[in-house]
Amino acid sequence: MYKMQLLVCGGTGCRASASAKIVEKLNESLKAHGLDEDAQVVTTGCFGFCEKGPIVKVIPDNTFYTEVQPEDAEEIVAEHILKGRKVGRLLYENPETQEHVSDSKHMGFYQKQMRIALKNCGVIDPENIDEYIARDGYSALAQVISDLTPQQAIDLLKQSGLRGRGGAGFPTGLKWEITSKFTSDQKYVVCNADEGDPGAFMDRSILEGDPNAVIEAMAICGYCIGANKGLIYIRAEYPLAIRRLRIAIQQARDYGLLGDNILGTDFSFDMELRYGAGAFVCGEETALIASMEGNRGEPRVKPPFPAEDGYLHKPTVVNNVETFANVPVIFLKGPEWFSSIGTEKSKGTKVFALAGKINNVGLIEVPMGITLREIIYEIGGGIKNGKKFKAVQTGGPSGGCLTEKHLDTPIDFDSLVAAGSMMGSGGMIVMDEDDCMVSIAKFYLEFIVEESCGKCTPCRVGNKRMLEILEKICKGKGSMEDLDHLRNFANVIKDTALCGLGQTSPNPVLSTLDNFYDEYLAHVKDKKCYAKKCKDLATYTIIPEVCTGCTVCAKNCPVEAITGERRQPHFINQDKCIRCGVCYTKCKFNAILVQ
Amino acid sequence: MTKIKSLDELRKRKEQLEHRMEIRDKSDHPESLVQIKVAMATCGIASGARTVMNALVEKIKKEKVPAIVTQTGCMGYCYAEPTVEVKKPGQDPIVFSYVDVKKAEEIIDKYILNNELLDGILPANYQTI
Repeated sequence: MYKMQLLVCGGTGCRASASAKIVEKLNESLKAHGLDEDAQVVTTGCFGFCEKGPIVKVIPDNTFYTEVQPEDAEEIVAEHILKGRKVGRLLYENPETQEHVSDSKHMGFYQKQMRIALKNCGVIDPENIDEYIARDGYSALAQVISDLTPQQAIDLLKQSGLRGRGGAGFPTGLKWEITSKFTSDQKYVVCNADEGDPGAFMDRSILEGDPNAVIEAMAICGYCIGANKGLIYIRAEYPLAIRRLRIAIQQARDYGLLGDNILGTDFSFDMELRYGAGAFVCGEETALIASMEGNRGEPRVKPPFPAEDGYLHKPTVVNNVETFANVPVIFLKGPEWFSSIGTEKSKGTKVFALAGKINNVGLIEVPMGITLREIIYEIGGGIKNGKKFKAVQTGGPSGGCLTEKHLDTPIDFDSLVAAGSMMGSGGMIVMDEDDCMVSIAKFYLEFIVEESCGKCTPCRVGNKRMLEILEKICKGKGSMEDLDHLRNFANVIKDTALCGLGQTSPNPVLSTLDNFYDEYLAHVKDKKCYAKKCKDLATYTIIPEVCTGCTVCAKNCPVEAITGERRQPHFINQDKCIRCGVCYTKCKFNAILVQ
Repeated sequence: MTKIKSLDELRKRKEQLEHRMEIRDKSDHPESLVQIKVAMATCGIASGARTVMNALVEKIKKEKVPAIVTQTGCMGYCYAEPTVEVKKPGQDPIVFSYVDVKKAEEIIDKYILNNELLDGILPANYQTI
């Protein structure tokens, strides 16, 4: 019987910072102090607070150590485990009061969160099915297949109000019901783990931290729609998630929780993994199915929807990882409990990957209806380096940006669409005053142009033309007509592209045009980028009063545009200058002025 | 691994495994539980604090007492080791002195479960911040 446990984050982020080594060192130290029977080291999934990783949490006193290095392991064991003295220097420091916070419950990052899909992440060992079972794992599946008919189970799910977490927010219960109505000799349950938005990693973290929840939910879905086969389409770039899924599937099979006649009933269900090569378009369900069938990953016209004509032309449910992760809890705690959380039309919680210019980068789960202000300033700890908030991009390349005026809007599926963005899978990239919104729109378009499958003309050609216009604007060669062209292109692509990827691809351009039109004007009319991001619009000059004539800039200038005598103020020849910015970074006296 | 063949077997399996997670579940809401701290500095360990702590942990597990046991550093009562501090939710902590296995069991039976005080309580002569 262990008196204490040390939970070490084994998510991809913390592992990249040597958390596996920390586990090793902790075990060594425990052994050396003869404490290996008193304390146990457990590798868990992501705690979410990636900014301060690697995380080690000591329980039962709930001490949350941040930025732990392998060398710190001995001190944690010798001081905390042996003598009960917390290691102060590894505790989280409240940035406002500079006080150490030892209990994660008192950290701003966790106070506003509500963890349903992530309830086991950072708590259980994802490679040990016993820990999942000990936390009510597979009880929902057992109850559903022993006590409910498929229709009863679907009705419960419909009552809960769960909507698809992959982006569009389609009611999950309804999707299952439609699929259950089609008769076929074979049906399929597909889990969409092809998470491709730049900056989003919630699906990966769920699969890495709690793979069994997804497996259990897929089996429940199989029972509801009459399928006995499940497929998880996961990108090959997620090796850790793949490894843990494989372990979880094997352990579930060994326990008879997957396979024939599960728990002595007539219900049989098994699953396998399919690997994606990392194409963004394969997150679109028809393209995903095509890719799984071994064809080129291209979408097709809907209808027929996969519910009728899916994988191998059989009725198929395609749900996102996070959607599935919500399902077992709904059956355990009841649909009323779930629907009591959130807003009128969006129930439950949403996981967001918080990234960009924010103090607490990480994975958060919050009830629907929370405001952007709470997320950014209370959970996220505000903007990095005390800069001014400018915008936040939600929904990745398919979404749009929300600005200061949206800070107090309650976030749910519908309010985000009304604000010109979308929920998407939940990436949230925060931008500050130093970000140029035209460049941001350009970045997302570059991504879309790269990822467009090329099947339909509006997306393949239209986005390319839009990108060319944006590149022109960023070079200071744009005209007012270009802005009109941009809007026209965007609207045509929105109306005519074949799939969701194409239809939503102009969103970043449209929403930056709507919210930051003056920045476009500054680029086009004044030929200025006030965020100083568009290099071609910058001018570099030397402030003569500050310049000491040290000649460093002149020596480093690749085009010899800087001239001047030693110990005399230097001068930049604007005709020669290529605006590379080397002089600015090399100058030790801040004598270079960028405008 | 043996297969789980029915809902009942799954429940049984869960019960067998529950204690593995118990400590983690409890740590989620420590303020609502009785917190028992065993002083485990050199003096405490030398006077047998480890056996006392083991006894406390075993008894709490066996009788499903809503309490968590943690260790702390030296409380300063080196003359009265092993010492055990018990803090019930919403009450001031109480420190028991010269605790052995028998006394540890008494603390749980009498003070924690039945609110009876025992001999050997050290007067609180300090303030915590």
